[in-house]
Amino acid sequence: MKTLTVNDLNPGDIGIVRKYHGSGEVKRHLRELGLVNGTKIKVERRAPLGYPIEVKIQGFNLALRKEEAELIELETNSK
Amino acid sequence: MNKINILLAGNPNVGKSTIFNHLTGLNQHVGNWPGKTVEQKTGSFKHKECECEITDLPGNYSITAYSIEEVVSRDAILNENSDVIINVLDAENIQRNLYLTMQILETGANVVLALNMMKYAEEKGLKINVKELEKRLGIPVKVIDARSGEGIDELIDTAINSTKNPRNVAKNLSYGLEIDEHMTDLKKEFTNVKWQEAIPSWIVIKLLEGDKEITKIVEESPDAKNLNKLKEIQEHLEDVLDDTLEDAFIDARYAMIDGLIKKAVKKPPLTQKEKTDRIDDIVTNKWLGIPIFLFVVWLLFQLTFTIGTPLQDLIDTGFGMLVEYLTPLLPEGWISSLVLNGVIGGVGGVITFLPIIFILFLLLSIIEDCGYLARAAFVVDRFMHEVMGLSGKAFIPMILGFGCDVPGIMATRTLANESDRLTTMLALPFISCSARIPIYALFTAVFFQENQGTVTFGLYLLGMLVAIIVSIVLKRTTFKGETAPFIMELPPYRLPTVKTSLLHMWERGAVFLKKAGTIILATSLLVWLLSNLPLGVEEASESSLIGIIGNFIAPIFAPLGFGDWQSSVALLFGLMAKELVLATFGSLFGVDADTGLQTVLPTLYTPLSALSFMIFTLLYVPCFATLSAIKQESNSWKWMFVSAGLCIGISWIVSFVVYQGGMLLGFG
Repeated sequence: MKTLTVNDLNPGDIGIVRKYHGSGEVKRHLRELGLVNGTKIKVERRAPLGYPIEVKIQGFNLALRKEEAELIELETNSK
Repeated sequence: MNKINILLAGNPNVGKSTIFNHLTGLNQHVGNWPGKTVEQKTGSFKHKECECEITDLPGNYSITAYSIEEVVSRDAILNENSDVIINVLDAENIQRNLYLTMQILETGANVVLALNMMKYAEEKGLKINVKELEKRLGIPVKVIDARSGEGIDELIDTAINSTKNPRNVAKNLSYGLEIDEHMTDLKKEFTNVKWQEAIPSWIVIKLLEGDKEITKIVEESPDAKNLNKLKEIQEHLEDVLDDTLEDAFIDARYAMIDGLIKKAVKKPPLTQKEKTDRIDDIVTNKWLGIPIFLFVVWLLFQLTFTIGTPLQDLIDTGFGMLVEYLTPLLPEGWISSLVLNGVIGGVGGVITFLPIIFILFLLLSIIEDCGYLARAAFVVDRFMHEVMGLSGKAFIPMILGFGCDVPGIMATRTLANESDRLTTMLALPFISCSARIPIYALFTAVFFQENQGTVTFGLYLLGMLVAIIVSIVLKRTTFKGETAPFIMELPPYRLPTVKTSLLHMWERGAVFLKKAGTIILATSLLVWLLSNLPLGVEEASESSLIGIIGNFIAPIFAPLGFGDWQSSVALLFGLMAKELVLATFGSLFGVDADTGLQTVLPTLYTPLSALSFMIFTLLYVPCFATLSAIKQESNSWKWMFVSAGLCIGISWIVSFVVYQGGMLLGFG
């Protein structure tokens, strides 16, 4: 089954971040920003050209490109 | 009287700089961290009977030491010189902000928390129980309002008091039973490791996380033999936790924060629409986003030049009057020439850019401080990323380049990533700045009366095309694989304060001012010297050194269609400032730089060689001011010379192709 990521959400959707593996600076940075297991994440909107995606986490908004949005895996039943 | 050292730490956009400015006023110094390209802001102030030295650390989300900014911050925190760390938090964003706090507390440092922007948090429906937070963290927490300065006095009181009895709450932190137990064991194995003021538990965390720097220090210590045991425990823990230890620590810190938040904070639901979201519904709207972006850029440009240009003319007139006033006062001969042509001619020309630069920086500061800059980057990112391989933020410097390359290069500071910054800096000089307009205006008036507009537009287009190609090539070669991930915070909209915006403007503009007084003055004097040697020669004539150099280098330009020594000399002066190209022609032929030249130029150029000359002036080194801005901003001579080399190489090649191609096609 294909993993569900932030990139699969539509504006307005809320997902729950699941425990995702893999290393790399980008993933570490995303986790340090609070995108850890169990965090609720809402897709606020897409930029006029389709990307980046604006997401909202408790307290702040982030802009992510497709590549970064695809790194954040979500609980499959959370959509 | 006692002296203490304070460090200001916190996430980006939490109001650190506002507090720093409030405390130090103009009594601050902006430099670089030793050996790093990261800006270091230090300042001093007196609080009651205490002399305080304060350092504003770079805005960081964490201090894991991946980026230079993080390394700088971490080293400063661990350094024995700091007495207290004031960790500024954005109350609205308390959860994420506390992550950095956890990492700072881990080091065993003496910390005081400053909770800023409580007002906004409360507006959002976020309730923070400060007493509870204080109790659970075991460190003082003060509510402040950085913008009004409210609470800052008490904050400093608390910070000073805390140094009398520094707290180390690292022992209260818990990473879960499994990790805690093994940490206690491991602490005994690495007691001989000394690094700055680091406490044993911090060293153990870093070792478990696999921090390269700390591991290396341990390898060189007597405890190196115990690294085997560490490895065993690492593997065991990763197995049990089903995660890398680095991630396990991140999770554990957030687990601690969660515990804290549950007890001390009441949060609004995620679905609640904030004021910022409502503004963004319009500003980054699917249909309106791009038109609004274009309008803001247009406005930025319009305001800068409609306000700046008259002021620029005013300064120009001022220098003209100064020359008139000084001419009869100075003894005729070399002194008068040195002062009038060397100093005023060179530096004066550059100083006239000051109003434009200051206005531009003021407007940019406002755009940045109110939160729009991040939205602009959001809106154009895809275009910039797919066409040029750059981040959306690189758009602003590029646009500024149409006005003047110097502020454009300075604006690359807003780019977070080094390769983006350098690529933008190297591409910028090809964007046609306003100083090149007079050259196009005169040349097209003489040689292309029919198509003046088309030719000028074509030149602008060519400049943009070259800039785009240069950045594409750089991103595919030199900076290959360095495409920075794009994770950008969109801060809430705020009304910027006058004081912050003005200080922001001053910080950036002052750099330019300083440069005009040093590097530009020096090069102007050099050019003057070359125009007046050997002694007794007529200034800038064929037999002066510069004339000789002009004659010497002229053959280089022969294949481009302008191999005369006058063109070479004009181009040499053009290095000082592009405006000087026409002025030099004027003085070489002893005619005024406008109507007089219109009659002289056809004797030197054909329409084809005139086009080639315009292309060359479009693409070759913009001016010394730009070069020194590149030197300043990249903090290296290397990139300055790379830029100069690129400009000269590309301009020569393009002019060559145009001229020789034109000849072949029979346009000679």
